[in-house]
Amino acid sequence: MQKFTTLTGVAAPLPMINVDTDKIIPKQYLKTIQRTGLGKALFDEIRFNPDGSEKPDFVLNKPAYRKAKILVAGENFGCGSSREHAPWALLDFGITCVISTSFADIFYNNCFKNGILPIKLPQEDVDKLMEDAERGANAVVTIDLEKQEIRGPDGGCIKFDLDPYRKHLLLEGLDDVGLTLQKGSAIDDYEAKRRAATPWL
Amino acid sequence: MTKPRTLFDKIWESHLVDKQDEETFLIYIDRHLVHEVTSPQAFEGLRMSGRKVRRPEATLAVADHNVPTTDRSQGIADPESRTQVEFLERNVAEFGIPYFPVTDIRQGIVHIIGPEQGFTQPGTTMVCGDSHTATHGAFGSLAFGIGTSEVEHVLATQTLIQRAAKNMRVNVEGKLPLGCTAKDIALAIIGKIGTAGGTGHVIEYTGSTIRDLSMEGRMTLCNMTIEAGARAGLVAPDDTTFEYLMGRPMSPKGAAWEQAVAYWRTLPSDPGAKYDKEVTLNAADIVPQVTWGTSPEDVLPITGSVPDPADVHDEQHRLSMQRSLDYMGLTPRTKLSDVKVQRVFIGSCTNGRIEDLRAAAQVAKGRKVAPGVNALVVPGSGLVKHQAEEEGLDQIFIDAGFEWREAGCSMCLAMNADKLEPEERCASTSNRNFEGRQGRGGRTHLMSPAMAAAAAVTGHLTDVRDLT
Repeated sequence: MQKFTTLTGVAAPLPMINVDTDKIIPKQYLKTIQRTGLGKALFDEIRFNPDGSEKPDFVLNKPAYRKAKILVAGENFGCGSSREHAPWALLDFGITCVISTSFADIFYNNCFKNGILPIKLPQEDVDKLMEDAERGANAVVTIDLEKQEIRGPDGGCIKFDLDPYRKHLLLEGLDDVGLTLQKGSAIDDYEAKRRAATPWL
Repeated sequence: MTKPRTLFDKIWESHLVDKQDEETFLIYIDRHLVHEVTSPQAFEGLRMSGRKVRRPEATLAVADHNVPTTDRSQGIADPESRTQVEFLERNVAEFGIPYFPVTDIRQGIVHIIGPEQGFTQPGTTMVCGDSHTATHGAFGSLAFGIGTSEVEHVLATQTLIQRAAKNMRVNVEGKLPLGCTAKDIALAIIGKIGTAGGTGHVIEYTGSTIRDLSMEGRMTLCNMTIEAGARAGLVAPDDTTFEYLMGRPMSPKGAAWEQAVAYWRTLPSDPGAKYDKEVTLNAADIVPQVTWGTSPEDVLPITGSVPDPADVHDEQHRLSMQRSLDYMGLTPRTKLSDVKVQRVFIGSCTNGRIEDLRAAAQVAKGRKVAPGVNALVVPGSGLVKHQAEEEGLDQIFIDAGFEWREAGCSMCLAMNADKLEPEERCASTSNRNFEGRQGRGGRTHLMSPAMAAAAAVTGHLTDVRDLT
């Protein structure tokens, strides 16, 4: 997994609430057996017309945001289906940071497994960043994960919270399956204890 | 004296393997359900790193999302769907995981077959790469959906790295009015707390209304918990639970059964246990529910009218409502019972069990599907289908003009051939009315099986109480 340290790029505003993972990537793209190549399907139904042409009004189709690396969105982002195809699609498109007032739990979790940083902020901070993002290519934002801060185009700085374990995983780009396998003996011990207590399982 | 604990606290604490830091824990996973859509990349990850499945016998796999609900002897026509199912078959063979093939009578939706087989049990932790894993909470199992990276983690280690959830209680008291079901309770709760109302929490459903629900009803309720933002819902195990589980193929037998039941009886929350959040509903206030918008929280009693964005103060919410109404093709203040439908879908992990089919058949019996309406009944599993046929429900549906199909997820998410055309309107017993969920441009109204059957026979959203 790619390490996440600092990120500088254009932030795209998506002032919609309850953006569900069906909207981030609809079901017809879930038939893949790979993790890559989903960027072209990101936000498919609100980004493209049924004939495949672009909807010019959709933010990621506007010239200033075609290479956005950050997304600023409304509350409850990523609700619904557990599909990890949603963060895979964001990553493949080039978006590695999403900022909102709140995220659905499963999506939030899935981001960290893919080197994507979801940042939760109070409404007023999100409103400010949304406003900045409206300025398009001029709205270049820097995310500094180590310092847990977002530096805006006008020199403003917003601090954000993140639990230390997840921060560590992102900074180091760690594969947590490998880390857990090092705890094999703790798992063996637990299983032995459990076999005695609940032998029917 | 020890601190009183909730059902969630008890399951959580009995599954701690190790501590990562103050807030992050390694927890043991007892049961893992696998389906074809969210697992190929996880198996590929195992292969690439030369890892094995730690406990294949604690895992159960089935193909459900992509499978056709029509004649299966022909195989799967769509090449991508076929590839995904073939990959699952190759993966379960390679890693030694128990699997129900598409032609096996036990095949069905993961969340229907887990309970049906007795794979789902109280006091366990259970996961699946599917958000509706919440369903299994009906048995007092801490069951939640995970992403594909976590599927790989569980396959390789039988554990997950998790932070403790907060406790939330939703208490429902009293007798459920005629015409109302668990689906109406679920939708009423989501209408009250919103689709993010349970975020970060595990919801325990308590109260006399919940105790009176059958296991099927409890599964419907817990299934919809994810639509309230909570990853898991729980109902304390009781005699109803034990009666359902007794004698199932994977349930404990003989002395082990006695030992298991004795343990399961210790699981309900202790008197005085603390919840971080509490919500109360009076069952008598619940009216059959239907959704009007593109989020499950966009829900109203069938006696209501389409809301008017002009009444919404907050700009983002007003715009969101307007967008929903535009997508749904609805005019503010239209009576919900005047909204015409072209399609009806009865099925899914929410409402594809025998009790659901019975409720729909009761409404369909002696009536006809309205002209211009296409109605599908898709049982949740081969065994549900078989039982329904034994009871003659299939004939009731067929006589009324419904299509009687093979088991699978079908039009709940339209990954197979069953989908809505743009602007088609559907009365659906599924769980999500998101834009495009049942097919690009399709318009979904969520409701109970009886309400969906009522819409099928009248051709418009209908208060089922008017038909009885």
